[in-house]
Amino acid sequence: MLSRVADSIYWLNRYIERADNVARFVDVNLNLMLDLPPGVTQQWQPLVFTTGDLKLFSEKYGKATAENVIHFLTFDQDYSNSILSCLQMARENARSVREIISSEMWEEVNRFYRLIIEATKHHPQSALPNFFTQVKLSSHRFAGVMDATMTHNEAWHFGHMGRLQERADKTARILDVKYFYLLPSAEWVGTPLDQIQWIALLKSASAYEMYRKRQRRILPNNVAEFLILNREFPRSIYFCLRQVQQSLHQITGTPLGIWSNSAERSLGRLCSELAYTVIDDIIEIGLHEFLDRIQNRVNTIGEKMGETFFVTDLPQQVSIQK
Amino acid sequence: MAVHLDTYDPETFYDELYEAPGRPRSHAASLIQWMQQLSLEQLQQHLDTAQLALFNLGVTFRVYNDDQGVERIFPFDIIPRIIDGNEWQKLEKGLKQRIYALNLFLGDIYDQQKIIKDGKIPREIIESAQGFLRPCVNLTPPSGIWCHITGTDLVRHNDGQWYVLEDNLRVPSGVSYVLENRRVMKSTFPQIFQTMAVKPVDDYASHLLETLLNLASPQIPDPTVVVLTPGIYNSAYFEHSFLAQQMGVELVEGRDLVVVDGYLQMKTTKGLQRVDVVYRRVDDEFIDPLEFRADSFLGVRGLMEVYRQGRVALANAPGTGVADDKVVYAYVPEMIRYYLGEEPILSNVPTHLCWQESDRNYVLENLDKLVVKAANEAGGYGMLVGVNSTQEQREEFAQKIIANPRNYIAQPTLSLSRVPTFIEGQIEGRHVDLRPYILHRGDEVYVHPGGLTRVALTKGSLVVNSSQGGGSKDTWVLNS
Repeated sequence: MLSRVADSIYWLNRYIERADNVARFVDVNLNLMLDLPPGVTQQWQPLVFTTGDLKLFSEKYGKATAENVIHFLTFDQDYSNSILSCLQMARENARSVREIISSEMWEEVNRFYRLIIEATKHHPQSALPNFFTQVKLSSHRFAGVMDATMTHNEAWHFGHMGRLQERADKTARILDVKYFYLLPSAEWVGTPLDQIQWIALLKSASAYEMYRKRQRRILPNNVAEFLILNREFPRSIYFCLRQVQQSLHQITGTPLGIWSNSAERSLGRLCSELAYTVIDDIIEIGLHEFLDRIQNRVNTIGEKMGETFFVTDLPQQVSIQK
Repeated sequence: MAVHLDTYDPETFYDELYEAPGRPRSHAASLIQWMQQLSLEQLQQHLDTAQLALFNLGVTFRVYNDDQGVERIFPFDIIPRIIDGNEWQKLEKGLKQRIYALNLFLGDIYDQQKIIKDGKIPREIIESAQGFLRPCVNLTPPSGIWCHITGTDLVRHNDGQWYVLEDNLRVPSGVSYVLENRRVMKSTFPQIFQTMAVKPVDDYASHLLETLLNLASPQIPDPTVVVLTPGIYNSAYFEHSFLAQQMGVELVEGRDLVVVDGYLQMKTTKGLQRVDVVYRRVDDEFIDPLEFRADSFLGVRGLMEVYRQGRVALANAPGTGVADDKVVYAYVPEMIRYYLGEEPILSNVPTHLCWQESDRNYVLENLDKLVVKAANEAGGYGMLVGVNSTQEQREEFAQKIIANPRNYIAQPTLSLSRVPTFIEGQIEGRHVDLRPYILHRGDEVYVHPGGLTRVALTKGSLVVNSSQGGGSKDTWVLNS
């Protein structure tokens, strides 16, 4: 398939998944703040911190109030990772590959986009929880429609890789938010508030119930283990990366366990490491440090995939035998 | 409130569905009868459902010179335009005749230029036409076909006769609306399709694909066909992607293509892949920066040379734009007589050529009665509709005509036929034109039944272009 098309389907899925994840952690924070005891300052800055765009935010908005952060992450036209921007880019990408994707997928993206545009025009605070629910559902619907209506061919695998890669990255970031909450309030560890925050975190990864079924008690190490290493939970980092790996090898036809390009090699290496990692290893390195490393490596894998499949600026050769 | 079509008044216009108040044309009778059972509210609901379906399908176009770059749906009316089967047969014959002649003209004009040498068309007219491409001289496209896909604009005047308004031989658009409008109509009014023998339109993509596959060299067992688009910001992007999808071929942009080892190739995730046939929806002057506009990013460097070597086929062939020139258009009846030795079945609209002094003087004196058009513009741009113009606009056009007489033609203001149209809860007559799509496949010319009926939604307006606020109607050709 065309490199440009593969690139577009990959990003279409990444953007949809990104919008979903932004909605998740804004929504959870919104809920979390309602549970804070009186007198405790609201924590909105960590959300911006995890996006890596704190500098941009501070320049434009100054103070990290609930209103500012929500606007920045949700409706800011100029911020490239806001939900609005994600949907705009997802739709542009979908438009450029309409003949490849199913018409149901296109309609889903279109509907999703209009939902955001409508909300951008008038977004009363009271309607926000419902709005974020709609965003999450729309993202699920898109993924479901894609899986159910599109041939699971090369194009589908590129889309699938985009979605799961983005999800791995965002699970790492969501987990990292907790680290930044802890920074100003180390004395909270083990308190009821701490419990509530871990629950909130699990909820923002839609992992709460699944976690309970497996572990019952909410213990920080167990939560981290579940979200990083669980082999069956569809939002755990390891699960996501293994899915990416399977799609990647489907595309190239290289059997798992060997590699034919640098993306396969980096990803294979990371997956093997995770397969043999236990949570104690991670705590030893430091959760934040570990997550930071994972994010960097996932980024590198993305770049290598780009070099392998998407680079389209071949030298413009014109050599014609007359 | 019920739909009271019995009070619908065609007034002094030719109406496509009504002979006189209360008297539907026989071919429209069962539609009218059926519609009268509906209430206006029901009609409105059907219209809303249909418009929403089109919006959800993303059947949109982009309007240029619009800061927002917004996409709009092409407004759609749910009362179809119906063409009787016998009448269609005549139109079909006339269109085929025209396409045969135009194709022979293109072959001649880029080769021996006999028509010029025999004094039927002045050389200066051809050589000053913007669409006349010198790099195409002495070039023979595969099977000698230049215009594979043509969209010819027709109108019906008060006298009930059809006239050809213009031929679009470069990259005519609109056929996607024909197919999508029909899809929406069928789901909105399934009942009526069962009672009327309407010719289906869904096979257009198959005919188009066959036309394109025919262009590949016969030695290639499974030719690769692509649709070349300028990209998602082009006003007709929806159509480009729609046609690629319907044919199951790749939709490519210039940046996806490269000339390597003397062949046109596309960049895929598994390396380069050879392309054999390009249905290009990019204008001539943008397709190859080496030969035409050096600043074009839409085309492919070296494409023309590959084409010249016969290693890729282009549809339509570069150079067909010379026959799109509105001055050259005036000579098509002459071409039919010259190349085919036949009398034209379809008439041109009488046309005044401003480069001829007597015509020019007449035009300048009668600007308020005429429609003036720039020879090379499309989409309703560069046009003066005399009867609706201001003194200032007429003066502006007079200056333009005097400054560049070659670039202007003028035609009498035709009284375009009307069709009952559902406007703001009421049914009123609105003016329409018709663009049928014609495919030249070498051994035969195929006319797709129907075409795009564009409707001027503004009361009294004669301008039907989508970029000027026109809408469209489904066009039914009945089995004869």
